[in-house]
Amino acid sequence: MQKEAVIREPLILGHKTYHDITEDVCRPIEDKAPKMWYILFGIALIIGLYGVGCILYLLGTGVGVWGLNKTIGWAWDITNFVWWVGIGHAGTLISAVLLLFRQKWRMAINRSAEAMTIFAVFMAGLFPLIHMGRLWVGYWVLPLPNQFGSLWVNFNSPLLWDVFAISTYLSVSVVFWYIGLIPDFATIRDRAKKPLSKKMYSILSFGWSGRAKNWNRFEMVSLVLAGLATPLVFSVHSIVSFDFATSIVPGWHTTIFPPYFVAGAVFSGFAMVQTLLLIMRKAMSLEAYIHTKHIEYMNIVIMVTGSIVGTAYITELFISWYSGVEYEAYAFLNRATGPYWWAYWSMMTCNVLSPQLMWFRKLRRSLLFTFFISIIVNIGMWFERYVIIVTSLHRDYLPSAWSMHYPSHIDIGVYIGTIGLFFVFFLLFARFFPVLALNEVKTILKGSGQSYKESPDYHKHH
Amino acid sequence: MTDKVIYVMYDDDQVLKDGAMKLVSKGIKISEVFSPFAIHGIDPIIGIKNTRLGIMAFLYGLTGLTLATVGMRFFMVTDWPINVGGKPNFTYLQNILAFIPVTFEFTVLCAAHGMAITYLLRNKTLPGMPAQNPDPRTTDDKFVIEIRLSENSMKEADLDLLLNETSYIELDKKNID
Repeated sequence: MQKEAVIREPLILGHKTYHDITEDVCRPIEDKAPKMWYILFGIALIIGLYGVGCILYLLGTGVGVWGLNKTIGWAWDITNFVWWVGIGHAGTLISAVLLLFRQKWRMAINRSAEAMTIFAVFMAGLFPLIHMGRLWVGYWVLPLPNQFGSLWVNFNSPLLWDVFAISTYLSVSVVFWYIGLIPDFATIRDRAKKPLSKKMYSILSFGWSGRAKNWNRFEMVSLVLAGLATPLVFSVHSIVSFDFATSIVPGWHTTIFPPYFVAGAVFSGFAMVQTLLLIMRKAMSLEAYIHTKHIEYMNIVIMVTGSIVGTAYITELFISWYSGVEYEAYAFLNRATGPYWWAYWSMMTCNVLSPQLMWFRKLRRSLLFTFFISIIVNIGMWFERYVIIVTSLHRDYLPSAWSMHYPSHIDIGVYIGTIGLFFVFFLLFARFFPVLALNEVKTILKGSGQSYKESPDYHKHH
Repeated sequence: MTDKVIYVMYDDDQVLKDGAMKLVSKGIKISEVFSPFAIHGIDPIIGIKNTRLGIMAFLYGLTGLTLATVGMRFFMVTDWPINVGGKPNFTYLQNILAFIPVTFEFTVLCAAHGMAITYLLRNKTLPGMPAQNPDPRTTDDKFVIEIRLSENSMKEADLDLLLNETSYIELDKKNID
């Protein structure tokens, strides 16, 4: 057991025992779902199905149903793709990077953050696929032997790097998540009373028995997978940024893109984790495990990454002038003062100003304020991608080709639909899966539990 | 040959660890420990060697690295070299920078999945496998030591006396064939 300083706030509040932790996490799964769950699920499902309808219409008719034109060939589709991938980054950062840094507070939030990652990457992956227009030839992005002679995919293209990056990221995240879930499924299995749920959870738990050797391997696998997933956090969004940075479009052709995209991804991901967890902890009575300190830690991450993003915006702006390239300078001037000024300044307000408020301890420990900012940040981050993509394209080298982008109702429907589908997945997860890594949380109970920390024996040697 | 298995249950990980240490110092062989979470420091006490899965992950990673290198060299250089905007890729070295992202991703892909599959196989945890923990409470808040009489030379009565000193909460004995 690891001890820690007394001045450190405990991570588990109240007088919990190992059994209490099991009870607290398993009860919402075993009890009947509250009415609110059905209402939220119903709303999410309707929105999600509307999105599916829009996607089917798009596939049947062609990508022309989007509001794209010959100048703006990429707009909401890629904006949404980058937005969702970015949101996904927090889960892996929490479960992998924070594991390597031995941050114990991650244990209360890593399971749901990782679930969020997986569902967000599902939604992200949808956009390039439907952007192909012909979904059924999606497998052409893989280097498969084919009937066209020796025709392979182009490994020099960042778009292909993205295929590898996103699929690796998604599948490794799923594996990492599931390996952690197995022992917790076993706990639910051993408590289940109804034959059907017993059967389901015994299949899901893969026959986990908790032998000492199993745990020895478990810890090694978690550590090595964290080591492997950590560079993924940085590589995936770097590669996403290469989609733009390796082109020669003014506004995209920027070397600062990879670190700036990664910071932005973590920034938006943590905001989404806050949005989800603030509701979940309340709805599932997990306040003892996910409390103000956890929210504060996450707000600090939001503040730091938000500052990195802000610095990147200003650096970009400065370099566009300093480079002396008039096209580059115009691209940025046009962003701030052109027809899309409102998008640019929404992005600036939401992403640069709002996280700075987290310097105030009172504000970053306020749950209501956090919830509000988390939504603001996600709106801001969507605008960031919209600004980068649309404002760079809409006025190119040829003034006669200048144009504006107006989203069609299919653009909007697909985007809103993915938010609905995301919540459908997340609500199902919250209903049937242990939302907290309950067995991992037990390992920090004696070191970071309130009742243990306050007991007089805490600082005695064993 | 019939054998007798003794399951000694504790309600705390530290008590189990102290108990195990006492038993092992008296020459008892502990064949297994079941717990709801990893008890740090139990492995050397009951003689469990550290896993070699880390080495396996490295080897899987090397396999991925090799496959990606050989594959991309074949696709882009040997089989169908493309001249993109005056930048031909007729040698691997000229293009290696463009191949780094995919090489890296494929290395990670192979290492992670190879390791995960090996882990599941070595643990014998696969969909549909039956659970083997002696008591359903060992995935909640109880900790169990398993001792087999056939693996120990001590008489059962002496063993019982020794176990009594370890402040267990339940004792269960089973005859197995």
